[in-house]
Parts: sequence; C-alpha cells; structure tokens
Amino acid sequence: MNISIKYFGLIAEITHCDHETIDFSESSLDELLAQLYVKYPRLKEKEFQVAQDQELILKETVLTGKEIALLPPFAGG
Amino acid sequence: MERYNRHIILSEIGQEGQDKLNQAKVLVVGAGGLGCPVLQYLTGAGIGTIGVIDFDIVSKSNLQRQVLFGTSSLDKNKAIAAKERLEDLNDSILIKAYPEKLTHQNSISLFSKYDIIVDGTDNFETRYLINDASIITKKPLVFGGIYKFEGQVSVFNYNDGPSYRCLFPNPPKAGSAPNCSEVGVLGVLPGIIGSMQANEVLKLILNLGQNLSGKLLCYNALTLQFSIIKINKSDKEIKKVVESSSTFQNRNQPNNTCEPMSIFVSIDEIYQEDNIQYIDVREAHELPKVEELEITSIPLSVLQTNTTQIDPTKKKVIFCQAGIRSKHAVLLLQQLNINNCFSLIEGASQINNHIVNKQNEITNER
Repeated sequence: MNISIKYFGLIAEITHCDHETIDFSESSLDELLAQLYVKYPRLKEKEFQVAQDQELILKETVLTGKEIALLPPFAGG
Repeated sequence: MERYNRHIILSEIGQEGQDKLNQAKVLVVGAGGLGCPVLQYLTGAGIGTIGVIDFDIVSKSNLQRQVLFGTSSLDKNKAIAAKERLEDLNDSILIKAYPEKLTHQNSISLFSKYDIIVDGTDNFETRYLINDASIITKKPLVFGGIYKFEGQVSVFNYNDGPSYRCLFPNPPKAGSAPNCSEVGVLGVLPGIIGSMQANEVLKLILNLGQNLSGKLLCYNALTLQFSIIKINKSDKEIKKVVESSSTFQNRNQPNNTCEPMSIFVSIDEIYQEDNIQYIDVREAHELPKVEELEITSIPLSVLQTNTTQIDPTKKKVIFCQAGIRSKHAVLLLQQLNINNCFSLIEGASQINNHIVNKQNEITNER
C-alpha cells in the first residue's frame, strides 16, 4: 500500500522534503519507522512524535490511516 | 470605557467579558520573539495583572522580531524594558517585571499568583520546567514554539487535559534541536505564533469558542499550511510529575541552553544505540574486561595526552570500575572542548551483567 508522510521542522531537513508517498507492505508504525531509518539514518538522532490521520499514535499502533506525520518538538521562541 | 470599546461592543464579550479580562492574572515566561506579541496584545486587551519574567538583556539581533523593544532598550533587562513599553501602552493595568531566571525554586510560588501561564521561552529545559510547575500548581499553560519558518501552539493542563509531556514525553537529547539564535528565524513568525497564543489566553478567560486543549496546531509560514493534531492525555506522564512535586523545588535549576545538565547515562539507556564509542578509563590490569562491546582503552592517568584515540564523530560513553573515574574523565574532556561525552553510572561488572541479562531476554523471547 502507499502511505503519505508529512515531515515537520528539522525532520523535513533530514528528508529533504516536507511530504512524500512511500510503498509500505508491513502493518505497524514500528515497521514503518524501521524502513524510514534505513532511508534516512539521521532520523534516529532526532526526537519526534508520530500522528496518523491527525492524531498522535504510539509505536505499536497498527497503521490504518492515509496520512502519517512526523512531528519534532520546537525549542525556539 | 473608551479604551476597551471595540471589545465591549462585541456581543460575545461585552462589559461582562471585559470585566473578566480586567480581573485575570497572566504570567508570561520569556519576553522574546513569542513573549513580546503575547504581552502586547494582553496589555492592549486589558488583562488586569500581567507578570513577565526574563533574565536576559535586549541585544540588537533581537530587534528583528521582538516588537516591544527599540534602540533605546538595548542592554536593558527584557522584563524591565517590556514593562516600560507596556505601561505606556496601557496605564490602567498592573505590570509586574521579574528580571530573573525561572527556576525550580521560584516557579511554584510565582505560578501560584497567576491564573494562566504563557510559555514564550527558547529552550527545552525551561519548557519542561514550566510544564511541570503548571501541573503542580494546576494552572493552564498556553504553549508556543517556533523553528525557522514553522510554529506550534497548544493549551496544556486545561480542565484536566493533556500536558506537554503527553505530547513529548522525552526531552530531546543534547544538541538535537537547535533554537533561533543557532539556526535563525523568520522575524514575523513569532509574531504570528505569539498572537495565536494571546488569542488562546483571551478565549480561556472569556470561555469563548474552542481552545487548543488536546490539540497541537502546526503552522508553516512558507506553505501556509495549518495542521491540527489530536493529543491524548497520558496519565502516566502527569502522575510522574505530580508524584515528584514534593522534591520539585530541591532540584537544580536548568541552564539557558538546549544542553541537558546531565553527563550521566545508564547502560540500559544507551545499550541499543548505534554510533557510540565506549571508552574504558581503568588501568590495563583491572578486571573484569568488557568483552561484548567494542572498547577503546585509555586509562584516566593518560587520557589528556591520548585524545587522538577519541572519535569526534561518535557519542563517547565512558566507564570505569564504579563510575567515579569516568565522571572525572568526562569533566576533563569537556575542559578540552571534547563534547558529546557521557559517564556511565554503572561499573564494568554491572555492564557485563546487563549485557548477559539482555542476551538472555532475547534468547527467551525466541
């Protein structure tokens, strides 16, 4: 299946794009992250949370939604 | 009252709503990019008591975005300079300036004096401190954070809602999330995000519309995209803060950078991580050896003259027999400007035990 992923803040700087669609055959978020870590090893260094269809989810969550978002915290003010 | 006429003629606010604003007490932490617009609009709106805490002074590079300050404010404390400008804007309210740093020691008594707290700070240590003190004092927290062209806004601890720790339970690691002074920021961005924070404050006081409790608003100034992400409350995270409240005020105050204070790590925290150089600072004859990890051996006695063996691209995790020499080694390396060094709490034999336990766990799972 195809999953659409949005990247925010410095996560988008690592991926060099603010969104992309990737082909993904597994089911859990953990597995999706493992695939992304292979594609973007520097993601491992960063703290971020993941949302599915505009709702924050845990790593064990089974992916059923259309849109994933990777949200880092922003320090600036 | 002429000053608030444009509020009062709104049927949703009226004199009754304006009276609520005049009776409200709001504390703004940080009078920087976010704090300035927040303070400006809250002052204009006639919030009866406004507190502003900031230890920093106004510098020229602030003027690009920190709209309360001008050339005449340079080198003044930000809280004091903000108070001067705000009193000129509205002389019928009380502005209290606290020209000091927010700490574990002063936050509880300070927050207790206000109804709503606004986070306009620029580093994670203070953000987590503000969140925790808001939970302990049961105050709603209006949060804003920015990065280059993007911003986040939310309302935490409101009516038993989620907190910042429910959104980001783990404070970011050293250097993993830079602030504006390191990476730059579009000047108007904190104006937009700070104005949204001020809007949330007014809605909370007036009980108007829908606020951002349980939601994180993300804004991108370049693409003009708004996203609203639903956040669920984590009772576990909030409970941890509540349970720590009796010792909260005894804790060390945060520094004003993104670097966490701690130079200590445990083997459990870092065992799974890659890109680590393990350094044994014991003398060559000391036992037990740690066989399961790739180890660089540099005894503490010769560390200063053997720094070329240290890999600048890796996180350095230093251990010894009991965790004392490793701490000295980290402090020594810091003095030599070799960063990203951590001292393992555990000694060599505990490290070996941990590795054996982990390997057994993996075997058992199979």
